[in-house]
Amino acid sequence: MSFLNVYEQYQNIDIEKALSAMNPDSVYRSLHKQILSIEDFAALISPAALKWMENIAQKAHDIKRRYFGNTIHLFTPMYLSNYCNNRCLYCGFNHDVKIERYQMTLDEVEKEARVIASTGLKHILILTGDDPKKASMTYLKSCCDVLQKYFSSISIEIYALDTKEYENLIKSGVDGLTIYQETYNTELYDKLHPTGPKKNFRFRLDAPQRGAEAGMRNVTIGTLLGLDSWRKDIFFTALHASWLEKQYPETEISIALPRIQPYYGCYQPEHQVSDQDMVQIIIAFRLFLPRCGITISTRESESFRNNIIKLGVTKLSAGSTTAVGGHSLSNARYHQFEISDKRSVEQMALFLETNNVQPLFKDWERF
Amino acid sequence: MHDMFEIGGKKLSSRLFIGTGKYASDRMIPDICKSTGAGVITVALRRVDFNAITDNVMQHIPPHMQLMPNTSGARTSEEAIRIARLARATGCGNWIKIEVITDNKYLLPDGYQTAKATEILTKEGFAVFPYINPDLYVARDLVNAGAVAIMPLGAPIGTNRGLRTEEMIHILIDDIDLPIIVDAGIGKPSHACQAMEAGADACLVNTAIATSEDPVRMGKAFSEAVQAGRNAFLAKTGISRKLASASSPLTGFIRNHEG
Repeated sequence: MSFLNVYEQYQNIDIEKALSAMNPDSVYRSLHKQILSIEDFAALISPAALKWMENIAQKAHDIKRRYFGNTIHLFTPMYLSNYCNNRCLYCGFNHDVKIERYQMTLDEVEKEARVIASTGLKHILILTGDDPKKASMTYLKSCCDVLQKYFSSISIEIYALDTKEYENLIKSGVDGLTIYQETYNTELYDKLHPTGPKKNFRFRLDAPQRGAEAGMRNVTIGTLLGLDSWRKDIFFTALHASWLEKQYPETEISIALPRIQPYYGCYQPEHQVSDQDMVQIIIAFRLFLPRCGITISTRESESFRNNIIKLGVTKLSAGSTTAVGGHSLSNARYHQFEISDKRSVEQMALFLETNNVQPLFKDWERF
Repeated sequence: MHDMFEIGGKKLSSRLFIGTGKYASDRMIPDICKSTGAGVITVALRRVDFNAITDNVMQHIPPHMQLMPNTSGARTSEEAIRIARLARATGCGNWIKIEVITDNKYLLPDGYQTAKATEILTKEGFAVFPYINPDLYVARDLVNAGAVAIMPLGAPIGTNRGLRTEEMIHILIDDIDLPIIVDAGIGKPSHACQAMEAGADACLVNTAIATSEDPVRMGKAFSEAVQAGRNAFLAKTGISRKLASASSPLTGFIRNHEG
C-alpha cells in the first residue's frame, strides 16, 4: 500500500473548481464538526471559507491550546553540505548554480554544534544537498555521532532514502524526517526537476512512508508553496498527512508550510501565496488534524510569525542560517534561500515569553 | 474531620494532582501549587533538560511537592522503563506515572505495553501509577503487576470533554481495590467533582488549569471542586431515582401475607 493509490483517486479531479463551488453554509457545517473529513478540510481552504476566517481561527486557537498548551517548540537547521546532483529550478543549491560547494568536516560540525547548543536548543535539523557520494551514509552517521553529544533530538532533511538507510540513521540517533514533495502536480514536478535523482516523483512520494516504517518518531511533510496553486498542493498535503497518521499511528506527523523565497532573484514563483492564504491554511490544518505538528520557518517575516503564534502553529525555527557552516564558519557565504526573520533564538524565546507562550527547547531525548 | 489520603507511602491532604505541561511559563508553577493546595505534581521527563542553560521546569517545583515523573512520549514498554530508570537516577524519586501511547492521533494509552512496563518497574521498587483506558481486565492485570493506583482516563488527553467513560470508571471504583485517580479529559471543575462524588480517590488535572485564562484561579476552583465531590462521597449522597415510588408496591403482598 502506498499513498499513490489514494493520490490517484483524486489526481484527475479539478480541485480548484470543486473548491470554488463550495458555499459558506457548507463551510459553516464543516467548521462545527468534531471530526473533519478531507471534504470538510477542502471546504475550509475554499474561497467560501473566507467568510468564517475569524470563527475558524478561534477554534484553531482553542484546539492548539488543548493539545499543545501555551507552548511553541523551537529548533534550528544546520546545513552540512551543499553539493547537489539535482537541478531543481527553484533551489539555490541547484547543481547548475555557480556557487562554492562545501561540506563541513567533522571538526567543523562539532564547532557548529557547540555554537547552536550554546543557545539552549536541544533539537537540530540537519540538511544536505542530494549528492550521496559526498554526503554519504558514512558521513551522515559520523555527523550524528558528533551531534548526539549536543542535541537530544536529531532530524534530517536530506535526499530521499530507502527504508534500510532510514533504519541505519535511526541507529545513529536520528528520530525525525522532514521531506517535502515540493508539489503534488506530477507534470509540474517533472518540469521543475529536469534531471537528477529527485526526478523520480514516486520515490519521493513514498519517502515519508518509508521513514515511518523504519521507525522515525516524527515525519514532517509539505510542499513549496508558490510552485503550483496553493489550494491544490495543500489539499494533497492534507490528504497525505491524514493517510500517514492513519497508517502509522505511532509516528507523529507534522506539516511544514514553506512559502517560496527567491534565491538571489533567480526563480520567480508563478503563484502568489498571500498572508491571508497562509492563515487560511494554518487554521484549516489545525481543525482537520488537531494533533498534527505545524511548522513555520524563518522564511517568513518577523511580523507575520509574531501574528501566527496563536493560530495553531506548534514549531518555529529560530536563529536560522541556510548556508553550510552558517553558524560558525567564516567562509559561509552561499545561502539556499533568504531568511526573513533574522531574530536570534534568545530574541525569539523572549518574544514568545512576553506573549504568554512558553518556548520549548526540549521535547524528547534518546531514552 | 481528617480525610487523609495515603498513597505510595505518602500521606496527602489534597486529592487533586496537578501537572507541569502546557503553561505559558513554568514560572507560574509555584503559584499553581499554592492555589490548588496539591501535594503531587507530574512532570514529563522528556521535557526536562537536566543540563539546561535555559530555564528548567524542575527549578520551579516547590520542594514540598511529591514528584510524579511521567513517561509521556514513550511508545513501547521498553522506552517507558528506560524513562522511569532515568527519572530515578536523576533524583526524581521512585514514583512513576506510566504513559505508553502508540497512537498519536487519539493519544489513547496502550494497555498491554503499560502492563508490561508496570510489572517490571514494580519489581525494581518503583511506585507505579499506570495511565489506562478504564478497562477492567487491564486494571486487574495492573493490580497483579503491583501498581499502587490505577489512573483511568475520563476522555482522551487534551479534549476537556469530561467523564465520557463514567460507567467504566464506576466499574473500576467498585471492583478494584486500589486507589482510582481519574486522569485526562477533565475539562471543568464540575467534571472533577462528578468523579470524586462517584468515589474516585483523586483527580489529576493539567490541561484545564494550564490553558485557562487564569490558571491560578482555575487551580483553586479545581481544588474546591475535588474537595466538594469528596465530601459528597463521604456524606453519602441521597439516593436519586428516575421514577417516582410506585404507589402500589409489587412486594407489598409479602407483608400482608405474613401479617
